[in-house]
Amino acid sequence: MPSRFLRKSRCSVALLEVNDLFRSFGGLRAVDQVSFTVPNGMIKGIIGPNGAGKTTLFNLIAGSLVAESGTIFFDGRPVSGLPPHRIAARGIARTYQNVKIFRQMTVLENVMVGCHQRSRGGFLAGMLRLPFTVREERRVRARSLELLEMLGLPEVADQDASALAFGRQRSVELARALALEPRLILLDEPAAGLNIRETVQLAQTVRSIRDLGITVLIVEHDMSLIMDISDEIVVLDFGRKIAEGTAQQVRRDPEVIRVYLGDEDAEG
Amino acid sequence: MSREWVPFGALAATVILIQLVTMFTNTQYYLTQLIMAALYSIVVIGLCLLMGYAGQISLGHAGFFAIGGYTAAVGTTLNLLPHRDHVLVRMAERAGLTIQTTNSWGVDILYFSPWITLLAALLLSGVISLLIGIPVLRLRGHYLAMATLGFGAIIYYILLGSRFLGEADGIYDVPGFGLPGGFTFDGARNNRVLSYYFVWALVIGLMVLMHNLVNSRPGRALRAIHGNEPAAMAMGVDTARYKLSLFVLSAVCAALGGVFMAHYNGGMGPTEAGTLKAVRYVAIVAVGGMASLWGTLGASVVLNFLSLRGYFGSLDDAVFGVVLITVMLVAPDGILRRLGMYTLRRNRDTAPDAFPVSAEKQVQRGTA
Ligand SMILES: Nc1ncnc2c1ncn2[C@@H]1O[C@H](COP(=O)(O)OP(=O)(O)OP(=O)(O)O)[C@@H](O)[C@H]1O
Ligand SMILES: [Mg+2]
Repeated sequence: MPSRFLRKSRCSVALLEVNDLFRSFGGLRAVDQVSFTVPNGMIKGIIGPNGAGKTTLFNLIAGSLVAESGTIFFDGRPVSGLPPHRIAARGIARTYQNVKIFRQMTVLENVMVGCHQRSRGGFLAGMLRLPFTVREERRVRARSLELLEMLGLPEVADQDASALAFGRQRSVELARALALEPRLILLDEPAAGLNIRETVQLAQTVRSIRDLGITVLIVEHDMSLIMDISDEIVVLDFGRKIAEGTAQQVRRDPEVIRVYLGDEDAEG
Repeated sequence: MSREWVPFGALAATVILIQLVTMFTNTQYYLTQLIMAALYSIVVIGLCLLMGYAGQISLGHAGFFAIGGYTAAVGTTLNLLPHRDHVLVRMAERAGLTIQTTNSWGVDILYFSPWITLLAALLLSGVISLLIGIPVLRLRGHYLAMATLGFGAIIYYILLGSRFLGEADGIYDVPGFGLPGGFTFDGARNNRVLSYYFVWALVIGLMVLMHNLVNSRPGRALRAIHGNEPAAMAMGVDTARYKLSLFVLSAVCAALGGVFMAHYNGGMGPTEAGTLKAVRYVAIVAVGGMASLWGTLGASVVLNFLSLRGYFGSLDDAVFGVVLITVMLVAPDGILRRLGMYTLRRNRDTAPDAFPVSAEKQVQRGTA
């Protein structure tokens, strides 16, 4: 039973805990009393039809939107109400459904910004190029190149990031998020706009991210992908959580079948 | 030295070459305008960082220039002799922070050392920009432009309305700035060559500092804010703090330019705080390509030089207005960049907007 599993994981190592989260736009309940937990080291999927509130949920967790009610705990400490940069500092990184790359910066620089939290140099140190910032800069550059290597982008390091093809911009975003050295990463439809080969590659990448010890929360419309890589899946519809469990459980859930297949016969 | 420093070496060589040419062609009077152009460039370099790299516009920087200039002017023209018994004056005198001399009217005067007033000017502009910046930088685009414009206007009318600050006449009889080595930075003819080298050394030094900043951790964070503010926040950049720090830094640059302008011209008037000057600075940054320190410096020297030599005649201010409008219509990412002075290849639809329109918090924090 999903509920029993949930209770058990909450007692042990829930990295993220979302309780009764609520956010509306005008009269529209975009996220409506949603609760779930993400155990440490898990890949958790979030699915739901268009407008179900998946992106809004991510925005609430990352702090770019403020919840009207409900709480979010990360690693046992509350993060609800914190500004985005403080939440990032706690160890939550994200990518965007509509890619948000830093314009007028190279691919490498984009990734280096991701290291912001893991380095120190301030205005004065930067202007005077103090020795410690030179060393720090070298470290940040090496680390960023490593990440570009991992995501198969080393040859475009010095290109303008916004001039890259869409799929590669996605990879840059991912590298940038990983540069934050997060404990939790939020991926919003990372496969959108990718071809089949790239999608297969993405599944590999997501798994290797998890193997680095980073917990993954992923929103995706590509059913085979999400069913394949997720340990657990949350299903949203009209802002409400309608199901939660493993891929098998969710696939057999009558409510989920109704939402996805309408009144048609639910086979396959 | 690496290739990185070649442009700075080239600039230094150009500065020296120009001085030599004026010496051999007996056209040393050009140096006067080149000195003043350099002083205005100090303002513009700071503003370039604010507008081009962090995407914040300010029409208040003429105000900070005037704050710097007036602080220096007041501090070095205020005769302290009648107040000699005051504790503070006595302490300053004992510490060697005052200068006693006889002015051009044959009156004995005691005034604060320009070093002290320089420090005071930088501090004052820093504090004021901090206080102004905290509320104002919450605004964006047109709203930020209007708020900073309002600030500049307030400074202008305070200067114009204060008897203490000389009203419309401003402050004059400002002494030169005594530098180590017995040389004085001022507008006197026989100091011209050294003054020229001094301000240009200042400009080159500032260019080095700013170049370093752009390529440092905080510089990258600032460019990220410009490149995509919500994503910068999500990457852990405290965008509000960075914008504020840069605003203060650019205001202090403006004040620095103002201080030396007051010493060079021997005074300062309220027009330096005027809106027309503020528009002029913004226009120069726009021509220079927003996010290009070199483009901005080039545009600043050429346009200021032409203006100061009087080539624009009575249409002086109109020229800068037209320049600004033209740049915004034809090439919002800068004329010089359009001409290929900038190295990164960029696409048209992602051209930078120094004037983002949305004012809503929701949009500001970034969601999709
Ligand atoms: N800033 C906003 N202002 C007003 N309404 C919003 C805003 N953001 C989202 N919504 C609305 O909230 C609902 C949920 O949107 P959300 O983007 O979270 O859906 P989603 O599940 O991510 O959909 P998709 O699969 O299309 O990405 C939608 O009806 C959307 O129109
Ligand atoms: Mg979405």
